[in-house]
Formats: sequence, structure tokens, C-alpha cells
Amino acid sequence: MKACYIARSPNVAARLLGDEMIMMSAVDSTLFNLNAVAAVIWQSADGTTPLSEIVQEKICSAFDVEFSEALRDAKQFVSDLAAHGILLVSEAPILDSNSVALATS
Amino acid sequence: MSLMAELNRKALGLGVPLSVHLDVTYRCNERCEHCYLEHDGENELTTAEIRNFLGQFAEAGVFFLTISGGEPLLRRDCFEIIAFARELGFNIKLKTNAVLIREKEARRLRELGIEQVQVSIYSHKPEVHDAITKLPGSLSRSLNGVRLMRAAGLKVTLANVLMRSNSADFAGVQQLAAETGAHYTVDPTITPMLNGDTAVLGLRLNSDELRAVFHDERLIQDAADFCAPPGPVDDAIREGIPCSAGHSACYVSPWGEVYPCVQFPLPCGDLRQQSFSEIWRNSAQLAEVRSIRAKDLTTCSSCSHLGTCTRCPGLAFMEGSMRGPSSADCEKSFVRTGITTAGMLADHSHSWHRTSRAQLVQIRL
Repeated sequence: MKACYIARSPNVAARLLGDEMIMMSAVDSTLFNLNAVAAVIWQSADGTTPLSEIVQEKICSAFDVEFSEALRDAKQFVSDLAAHGILLVSEAPILDSNSVALATS
Repeated sequence: MSLMAELNRKALGLGVPLSVHLDVTYRCNERCEHCYLEHDGENELTTAEIRNFLGQFAEAGVFFLTISGGEPLLRRDCFEIIAFARELGFNIKLKTNAVLIREKEARRLRELGIEQVQVSIYSHKPEVHDAITKLPGSLSRSLNGVRLMRAAGLKVTLANVLMRSNSADFAGVQQLAAETGAHYTVDPTITPMLNGDTAVLGLRLNSDELRAVFHDERLIQDAADFCAPPGPVDDAIREGIPCSAGHSACYVSPWGEVYPCVQFPLPCGDLRQQSFSEIWRNSAQLAEVRSIRAKDLTTCSSCSHLGTCTRCPGLAFMEGSMRGPSSADCEKSFVRTGITTAGMLADHSHSWHRTSRAQLVQIRL
């Protein structure tokens, strides 16, 4: 299985509002809100921690869910956000999310 | 309900200040004839103070941050402020005249992930635009800045304030927006200066000109609907709040003073003396603003326009009472629909009263 690293795009604004995360893409001004689980993934997207580790350490430890199911859902979520330029996804660690975002937007 | 409306509803319920408008300076390189500010730069917030206050805004839950002025780019630390605000996760709208935007600045703004930039353009004719800004060459320089920002990939909106001197030129500004790939927005609102000087109100469109604007399909997408008579006023409308000012939004001056809105000069606290959260939670002035529901408005509560009027509580405040009508908005409702407002009738009875009194005095004499 290939590694999957995720990083928050620098083109996104985000804030916790109550129990959900609100975010807006500067690329297309799309507004999103994320539930608690999705917000954890977003906040953990530091570019250097593999998605599988985020799911194991932050999701499975805090929510009542099997690892395989959580990872499958997380991958779908990551794919959706990546399509909007909200998350950057790579098979290698993402050390400079700014240059990656500018190159892909 | 749209996601934005849902966010506003949630922010109201949680008591979160979703939006802050921060003027980082009142200094400006233009001298627009309709401007409501005095361009004093003395003792404005330092970089360290602004960084501190931005941190407090973020902690309080502020998401939408408008950075404006004056001309914000006159501050040498403007990019540092924006960069820090972005680190804190704010969605940023920058209001600038773009006169100081070169390729380097445009690229930097793009790199910082600003969501949008708003630039005021008054006319496509340099002689008209420059006469309003009182800065020769300003139209050319602003448009150059707009083009550079668009080339860098920024979302830019041309804000077209309409006054008597430029109302004939909106189609030209729309054309400029189309040519540059910018958005276009129009606003016929001219407000008194924050020091109370109302001389600038003479620049406002007269009723006929305003009526023409509101009925023009080139400016108003569905003018027939926009100008339709107001619907019935129900309990939901009567229990509604006048606007977001002081409820989920506020304004901060270049000296750290907190107000409900940039157009609502009611001092609510001073960030140099108190924390933002303390002001937001405990200000007696904000509490008073928040206590007002549409049904509490002295004249407007009985008006048929109550549910559709753009009544600005700040303009009403400047006219004498935050619970009273705003005559500028009464006029807008009237020219839109042709139906008189309660505020106009109140003014009418007031003037009748004055006339009658004068006549009585004459009789007595």
C-alpha cells in the first residue's frame, strides 16, 4: 500500500465554530463545514504524518470505529477536499505546502 | 438555507463574532470627495498591538477579516499583518485602491492566500475618477494594480460607489470589470463623516437618479422583483434583528476602538484597555444594540417595508437614534417600490407640524 501524506493548503482559511470546522478556499471562494471527525483529519494534516497514522492515532482512539473502515472513509474525504484544493496529497512528505499549492492552483 | 446563512445563524446562537472589519490606518494616498474619514495617522496601532489583537480575534472565533483603511498598503507592515492573519487562519478580504500594487505586491498577496481584494473604481473616464479621488493618474494606476492582481490569480472586485458626479459611468466600469476579469459591485450609499459632518451627503444621488439605478436591469439582476411592493410583515420579521452589526460582526479602528460596524460610530470599548473577548461579551453598548428587535423600532416597526428595507442602524444612530429610521434607507425603499415608508410619513407629519406651528404663530402675531 502506497503511503499517503496530506497537508493543509495555504489557500484555505479555517476556524472552529462550535463543534464544526468552517473553511473557505481562496481559490474559488467555496465555503465548507467539516464535522468533528473531518476536522481532526484537517487539523492533523501537517504534511509529514501519514494518513494511516492520523486515522489510527487521532480517529480510532477517539471515535468508536474500525481502522479499515475509518481509513476508507478518510481516503474518500481526503480525495474530496483535494479536488477542491483544500488539502494537498502526496505519496511523499509535503515539506513546502506553499509552493505545492501555487504550482497546482 | 445556504451554508453562509447557516453559519451566521450558528454564530448568532453561540455569540461568536464571525466577522471583524479592521482599519489598520486612516492615512490615504487619495482624498476621495465622499470619504467619511479624517486621515489622521497619529498614534495608530503598532505592529505588535495588531498581532496581539489578531490573536484575540482568532481566539474569539472570528473567521472573516476585512483589512481596510484609509489605504492599508501605506503601512510598511501591511504584508506582515496579512501574513500573520493568514497564519491564524482568517479568511481575508483586502480593501485597497491598488495604487501601490506592483507585480511583486500582487504576487505576494496571492502567495498569502487572500480570498479577495476590493478596489474602488468610480468611472472608466480618468477625468471623472481622478476628480473624485483627487489623485491625478489614480485610475490608470488602480487599473494597473487590478490587472496585476488578476494576472497573479487573485479574485478582484471593482466596487463602484455611485454619486451624482459619476452615476452615468457605471456601464463603463462594468466594462472594465469584464475586461480585467474582475467582479463588479455597485453601491449608491454615501454616509456622513464619522465626525458627524454631513456635507458629503450633498454628493448623493437624488431620488430620480436613485430610482433609475434601482430599476436598471444592467445593475439589478431582477429589478422587477427588487422593486416589487413589500410582502406582509409576520412575527419572524418582527422578531428579527436589524443587521449583523454588533451581533456577529464588529469594527475596529486604527486606534483599537471597537464599534458595532464601520458605519455605526457607537464606541463599545478600547482594545488598548480591555481584551476583545471582554468587550464583545460585556460591553453595555453592544448589549443595547443586541437587545433591539425589529418590533422595537420606534417608527419602522409599523412600516410595511419592515421585512425588505435595507435600514442601517448605524445611519439611524447618526441621525439621532439607533431605534429610529434611517432617512436614506426610507428613500431607497420608497424609490424602489413607490410606496411611502413610515419614516417618511413621520417626517411629513413633523414638517406639517412645524408649518402649522409657524402659521399659528403668524395668526397670534
